[in-house]
Amino acid sequence: MRRLTLIALPYLWLLALFLVPFLIVLKISLSDVALARPPYMPQLDLAAGWEGITSFFAELDFENFTFLATDDLYWKAYLSSLKIALISTLLTLMVGYPMAYGMARAAPEWRPTLLMLVILPFWTSFLIRVYSWMGILSTDGALNQLLLGLGLIDAPLTILNTNTAVYIGIVYTYLPFMILPIYAALEKLDASLLEAAEDLGCSRLAAFWLVTVPLSRNGIVAGCFLVFIPALGEFVIPSLLGGSDTLMIGKVLWEEFFSNRDWPVASAVAVILLLILIVPIILFQRSEEKAREAEQ
Amino acid sequence: MRRFSWFNTTSLTLGFAFLYLPMVLLVVYSFNASRLVTVWAGFSTKWYGELLRNEEFLDAAWVTLRVAFFSSTLATVLGTMAAYVLIRAGRFPGRTLFSGMIYAPLVMPEVITGLSLLLLFIGIGLDRGVLTVVLAHTTFAMCYVSVVVSSRLASFDMSLEEAALDLGATPFDSFRLVTLPIIAPAVISGWLLAFTLSLDDLVIASFTTGPGATTLPIKIFSAVRLGVSPEINALSTIMIGIVTVGVITASLISKRTAVQRAREEQAAVRAG
Repeated sequence: MRRLTLIALPYLWLLALFLVPFLIVLKISLSDVALARPPYMPQLDLAAGWEGITSFFAELDFENFTFLATDDLYWKAYLSSLKIALISTLLTLMVGYPMAYGMARAAPEWRPTLLMLVILPFWTSFLIRVYSWMGILSTDGALNQLLLGLGLIDAPLTILNTNTAVYIGIVYTYLPFMILPIYAALEKLDASLLEAAEDLGCSRLAAFWLVTVPLSRNGIVAGCFLVFIPALGEFVIPSLLGGSDTLMIGKVLWEEFFSNRDWPVASAVAVILLLILIVPIILFQRSEEKAREAEQ
Repeated sequence: MRRFSWFNTTSLTLGFAFLYLPMVLLVVYSFNASRLVTVWAGFSTKWYGELLRNEEFLDAAWVTLRVAFFSSTLATVLGTMAAYVLIRAGRFPGRTLFSGMIYAPLVMPEVITGLSLLLLFIGIGLDRGVLTVVLAHTTFAMCYVSVVVSSRLASFDMSLEEAALDLGATPFDSFRLVTLPIIAPAVISGWLLAFTLSLDDLVIASFTTGPGATTLPIKIFSAVRLGVSPEINALSTIMIGIVTVGVITASLISKRTAVQRAREEQAAVRAG
């Protein structure tokens, strides 16, 4: 009896507040657009029995999805989200790998401190970390003042409200997600393998490419997914740092919902975003399983 | 170990400068007397004064703390139960669905979670306010708690619990007296994680909140959308300060307990 309650409580909670809401989104995405307000047609009429159920499914249609396909705002937003997420993942890898490498090569007594320095920003508010860049990147902000002062540029650069600012924001806020798995992989790396490679005539750089990088592959893959997946649906960074030409699907969904109040279309946008995300999520789970098997 | 050390030092220095300089600048500019970000007009704490007189921010902070406290506590109870079920309950019908529902919210974009919960609350006619935000936060935070707790439970010696049962403890007693004290560090860090996640959440709270329940992130977001503001710099500095002190204290405490435990173990070995 106790075992049943123990299982039932978290199970029912998740069913009611995670699965059911998602099914509602799915249902509304297939509803009529005519009135973008509840009640959404068709409605499930259980009192009519089986007939009610069949007519419910017969009346569901894909008009919201056809609408998404014909209006090029949406597919442009999906493509541009994919592009932004991909580029910023690569940039995060380029910044994060040397840091993780440096941490793994640091003296052992230093490592806990370095690790805490990487984790500390993760505990500070995401919103504030994004906001901190607004003052730096604006036309009269700290970065432009520095560059002007050094004489590197003659006129202030426009960085805030462009895609460049979005890349900087994503690299900055998601950097710990990249560093931690790569550090975990590099820390386990056996230094004698590198010595062996050098004894066998490898240059240091070649040893790095042929030994270190392949052995930290699991960390790189995990880090890239941990940055790419949340970056794809990002809302806060493009709204604070991006410009009017920055198209990201999270922002489009938000505006569709709060400004246009078109709930069926917002639901359809959410369903497609999830379909796009399922591919990297499944790939990530597979690679995690493989990594776990390799360890055993 | 010493190879490439100049390279490592440079990359670490530049990397940590990149991570910390923006926050340092934010803190410095919160003490700027001028309203303009660009002009340094001398040291002043006036923005802290303005912030503390701003009732809207204080109200929002109070709402946020209440939401974070209730949702993280509820999430810790549910998440620990979920972790226990995942690791110990063995097979039961719908186990795959259950573990899927534990991991899915972790990767679900916040806009989708927020949208779906809002549509649910509207569907069942629940008025939006503090309660709906607490329900929403509990749901995603319990998944983080259960991941943290289950990794601790998985590495924990089951025979200890069995011994307690053999000695006549009820399953609940063996959990309370044996399992819980051992997994306590994971439960506490799960609670802290849930608490910070709730404090920090903007997107899900925006979807699920109603009039009278504006949280601090929502307030901050609507203020900074228009540009940099010195009051927000002051508020950010306070929040950064609290987190820094909290994390450093926690790490010192855990270091001390680790040292103490090592010492006790040594003493026990010597005595035995």
